Amino acid sequence: MGGELMARKKNSIDTEVLKKIYRTVSRIRHFEEQGIKLYRQGLIKGYFHPYLGQEGIAAGVCAGLLPGDNIASTHRGHGHCIAHGAEVKGMVAELLGRRDGYCKGYGGSMHIADIQNGNLGANGIVGAGSPLGVGAALASQIIGDGKVTVTFSTDGGTNNGTFLESLNMAAIWNLPFVLVVENNQYAVSTPISEATRDTELYKRGEAIGVESHRVDGNDPIEVYEVTSRAIEKCRKGEGPIMIEAVTYRHAGHHVNDPGAYMPEDRLEYYKGIDPIIRGRKALKDMAGLSDTEIDAIDQEVYDEYEEALEFAKASGEVTAEEFHEFAMGY
Amino acid sequence: MSAREIMYRDALREALDHEMSVNPAVFIIGEGIAERGGSYKVTEGLLDKYGPQRVRDTPISEASMIGAGVGAAIAGARPITEILYIDFAMLGMDQIVNQAAKFRLMTGDRGSVPFVMRTQGGAGGAVAAQHSQSLEALFYHIPGLRVVMPSTPYDAKGLLTHSLRQDHPVMFLEHKHLYMTKGMVPENDYEIEFGQAEVMTEGEDVTIVAWSHMLLKAMEAAETLTAENVGVEVINLRTLSPLDTDTIMASVAKTNRVVIAQEAVRRGGVASDIASYIQEEEFYSLDAPIEIVAGLNIPIPFNLSLEKASVPQAQDIVAAAKRTLEHA
Ligand SMILES: Cc1ncc(C[n+]2csc(CCOP(=O)(O)OP(=O)(O)O)c2C)c(N)n1
Ligand SMILES: [Mg+2]
Repeated sequence: MGGELMARKKNSIDTEVLKKIYRTVSRIRHFEEQGIKLYRQGLIKGYFHPYLGQEGIAAGVCAGLLPGDNIASTHRGHGHCIAHGAEVKGMVAELLGRRDGYCKGYGGSMHIADIQNGNLGANGIVGAGSPLGVGAALASQIIGDGKVTVTFSTDGGTNNGTFLESLNMAAIWNLPFVLVVENNQYAVSTPISEATRDTELYKRGEAIGVESHRVDGNDPIEVYEVTSRAIEKCRKGEGPIMIEAVTYRHAGHHVNDPGAYMPEDRLEYYKGIDPIIRGRKALKDMAGLSDTEIDAIDQEVYDEYEEALEFAKASGEVTAEEFHEFAMGY
Repeated sequence: MSAREIMYRDALREALDHEMSVNPAVFIIGEGIAERGGSYKVTEGLLDKYGPQRVRDTPISEASMIGAGVGAAIAGARPITEILYIDFAMLGMDQIVNQAAKFRLMTGDRGSVPFVMRTQGGAGGAVAAQHSQSLEALFYHIPGLRVVMPSTPYDAKGLLTHSLRQDHPVMFLEHKHLYMTKGMVPENDYEIEFGQAEVMTEGEDVTIVAWSHMLLKAMEAAETLTAENVGVEVINLRTLSPLDTDTIMASVAKTNRVVIAQEAVRRGGVASDIASYIQEEEFYSLDAPIEIVAGLNIPIPFNLSLEKASVPQAQDIVAAAKRTLEHA
């Protein structure tokens, strides 16, 4: 596995959608790069799992969702949160542990959630998002709110029992549920080839009668095309659908993992098909944007972050008294 | 509307039925609960009444049945997941402990999990080590869970109704020996709020604290003791989380002696925790050491005589109460 990813012919896509996708990729990239700096400065504590290199998946998938649709995320969840509509300022504040963060500093990087927009949360437990997403989809089917749920899972998550249990339950009930498996080819340092015999993970969905696809996760446009079709099918009651998005991290498992086990040539290959590069190319080829116009999008992203950081740094912390009161009724 | 005598399982069904009739977001999933009506007939007839959308059989996937309930609750529904035996809930512990119980905190109190897991436990007649456990202490230990253990049909209906109208994840723990027990239950719907223990009998000499099926043994013990002119105050806890310490303390302050009876194994049990609160708050009221009557620290054996020997019986409670009376 590696270079032989499926190439697909791109259909024409609305310029606004292309811009939105690129902007999301850029916002996530910048958020992660700046976040790592804050971590190194000691301002962000604990675990920080960067989404660098995988941005195309969250951006492509969420561009096909409607506001209010639900997502369940992973421990590597900043990208999903941004892509599903969160404001960067509340996210930076959360990572700094501040009271104006999305979770008032109670959740942090690994548990960031944006309930209002339908992000049911990042998750510190690998594989746990699958049943939660199935439940959300089940709720939608029963209440009849027309929502689709996407669970973002991981190659590691496919080896947790909940993967098969959940997808199977979604299948017998035809739930409006899309399971996106981000196959970045490692679970910490363990390569997927050592964790399973057949590394084409989408086949596991097919094995239980679920329509399943494999896409180039580094190509946000391809991700968007395939998942938006899947989401629409689910909305019509033809779910669930599984999508394996093949990708590669640009760095180690978390900020303090140098990722020495990642061969340099593979890393170079994937950096060469970086979603930023792919996204810019799509904007030029498909929408006729100039470099200057694309740079202007990036500039807006940087400005947004600058403001967000100021906001977050100015935010206070939940007090011990408030915390004790919360604990009394918990 | 009037009360009439019905079984515990019918009382549970009435609560489910009523809540399903008034709230379209309430639904039930579980193994064999639809067509078959559940192993203990609690959900009998609900499929016909509410249809296959809201009453669903699941594959044998406990972790994901519980997780789906949690996810549905987060997303705005009012799910009930029925787990056949509490022993099988162990397969879903991640979803209970790491997801349901943590969600409200992790979201900074912006999310809630109005999820009810109904299941049943207890030694029940030679179903052996993996189908007989009393595991409430595992859930009691976890902040964020509500642990509900009804002993009577009246409590079963009122507590289940309340469970379906409040917003915290509920471990609703029934007992396999209680389903066929009878009691007076109002026809109309009513709620019993959590954390409100009931004083079943009033007395001056000794307090007996119990929950779930052990309450029946405590009542039996009280009868024996009353016949011997001992004044017994039996407290039915109803919920362990939250725990109604006020009612316990008021009783201990009055009787100065207390027996705590649990079917679960002694080690790390809820009784020990209750004892710790009593010694903290009512140490100077006590005339005798706190007595704990509990299961042996061993899995439940198959052989019926041995099963009986592994969990407390009414006479054990009587003996414990008498030991407290030996102190002046
Ligand atoms: C159930 C569980 N087991 C182990 C871990 C520790 N852990 C955190 S991330 C991780 C590897 C995850 O790899 P993968 O699922 O492929 O996601 P990725 O980090 O590649 O995004 C492990 C083992 C965990 N968080 N949860
Ligand atoms: Mg991985």
